[in-house]
Amino acid sequence: MSLDLSVQHRFDGFALDAGFTAPEGVTVLFGRSGSGKTTIVNVVAGLLRPDRARVSVCGEVLCDSASGRWVPAARRRIGYVFQDARLFPHLSVRQNLTYGQRFSPAPLGTAQSARIVEMLGLGALLTRRPGALSGGEKQRVAIGRALLSGPRLLLMDEPLASLDEARKAEILPYLERLRDEAQMPLLYVSHSTAEVTRLATTLVLLHEGRVARAGPVADVLSDPELAPMLGVRRAGAFLTGRVARHHEDGLTELTSPAGAIFLPRVAAAPGATLRVRIAAQDVLLAAAHPSEISALNVLSVEVLAVRQGDGPGVMVQLDAGGERLLARITRRSAEALGIAPGRRCYAIVKTLSVAPFAIGENATADP
Amino acid sequence: MTGWLGPEEWQAVALSLRVALWATVLSLPPGIFVAYALARWRFPGKLWLNGLVHLPLILPPVVTGYLLLMLFGAQGPLGRALEAAFGISIAFRWTGAALAAAIMGFPLMVRAIRLSIEAVDPRLEAAAETLGAPRLWVFATITLPLALPGILTGAILAFAKAMGEFGATITFVSNIPGQTRTVPSAIYAFLQVPGAEGAALRLVIVSIVVAMGALLVSELLARRVSARVRGS
Repeated sequence: MSLDLSVQHRFDGFALDAGFTAPEGVTVLFGRSGSGKTTIVNVVAGLLRPDRARVSVCGEVLCDSASGRWVPAARRRIGYVFQDARLFPHLSVRQNLTYGQRFSPAPLGTAQSARIVEMLGLGALLTRRPGALSGGEKQRVAIGRALLSGPRLLLMDEPLASLDEARKAEILPYLERLRDEAQMPLLYVSHSTAEVTRLATTLVLLHEGRVARAGPVADVLSDPELAPMLGVRRAGAFLTGRVARHHEDGLTELTSPAGAIFLPRVAAAPGATLRVRIAAQDVLLAAAHPSEISALNVLSVEVLAVRQGDGPGVMVQLDAGGERLLARITRRSAEALGIAPGRRCYAIVKTLSVAPFAIGENATADP
Repeated sequence: MTGWLGPEEWQAVALSLRVALWATVLSLPPGIFVAYALARWRFPGKLWLNGLVHLPLILPPVVTGYLLLMLFGAQGPLGRALEAAFGISIAFRWTGAALAAAIMGFPLMVRAIRLSIEAVDPRLEAAAETLGAPRLWVFATITLPLALPGILTGAILAFAKAMGEFGATITFVSNIPGQTRTVPSAIYAFLQVPGAEGAALRLVIVSIVVAMGALLVSELLARRVSARVRGS
């Protein structure tokens, strides 16, 4: 089950030339606005006919300009969750949800449908009209509507972008459950590093209409060469850890290959696996193990690579017990500490610099 | 009712209602089709179609009536074809009055429906397509219900126009009592006869009541329907 795609399209002085493979799990299309993300998703959905393209899902060719093949949107069986929900305003939530069911060649059974309604928490909304829903509820209905049409691939175009932080926090757990339970590839457009850390299995980094890099999310996020494209302030890798215990002073302790990690209290049961996003600029490096320091997380690391930017900073890629971290420090400090590949040192991360939103459940890396 | 209106007057009112009703009902499907084409499709000759539809609004009604007479009269090409194929003649019949009324009301109807179809978000139609719905189904379940307020407004405007149509009707089908003498033709006829001002006045009152009623009903319906369509 995967999506293979290559697209070439020109419009309004913008040229898109991209290709990648999206395996099962969540593939996040990441890039600045105008990098071509939505265009790609619309080509996959069949809503935009590009100059040249080849798209195949699970081995079936949906679009191939070489042979002239073009399957219309209505026959692609690709679910699409739009940024603006696009619920049908004259239909009830129930009618919205069932709209696509009659067209599915393999309709979901009632038990399966009921599970989706329950998973998204839609039971209490069924008789309402979209006009009477909050933004978060609308997006949940939109996700349910796409899923109930029985798709073999789900597209999501920044489904959280129009929501405030509270509504985002309300929907993200549903998306995580979806990723872990749905047996289909998900193509997810985002320009939020927090969403990437929480949801992505595979990351496709788009830059000015081209694929700058595509691969497992941990590899792409921890590549110092790609940091300028993400924006040096937003760059940062993540650690994967398992909740060991909750301490009485409001901290949660994780065990990870990099060592013990202390976080502000997380609402996850002991044993749960989490991703902890650590922004590169929140990491300090020390040549010797620091004593009598307020930061709780001190990890023993080895320098893998150093990338020199144009400005005063350098991006350092670190190995922490097999996990990758990024640290952004000044060139002056790097020279003073002799930071170079192979150098062993200590990475220091303040517990409170890890925002709660940056912590996500991660089932795919479960050993 | 017949006590207040004389038999001749009552006949004119009944005929007008019948003509207007048929004119509206029969022009609705082509009206919706043309409005949809103008709102959503790009095709060569779109500008010409738009002009043709709006022509009766701008032409003197007498000209429209005369053109209809030339086309559908006993000697006209379409008139002869209809006669040969179905044995139907519409010139100087109430059916001809309905055709004239339909054509005169068509621009008003198409304009109202076109505006309401243009106001339907095409992104909703795209969303319906991604859910697997064929085009025609999308039109019937998304576009049409969302454009319903405009369709109702267009139909009622066309009905009111048909009730009041005079110039094209009298030119095309003349002013035959019981056959083509609609309310406006009857008022005109009564005004030509000394002493029939009372009958004319009563029909004037009927005209005003019907026109006002149509506008009120259209307004109320449009409000109710658009409230329901917006989902509040």
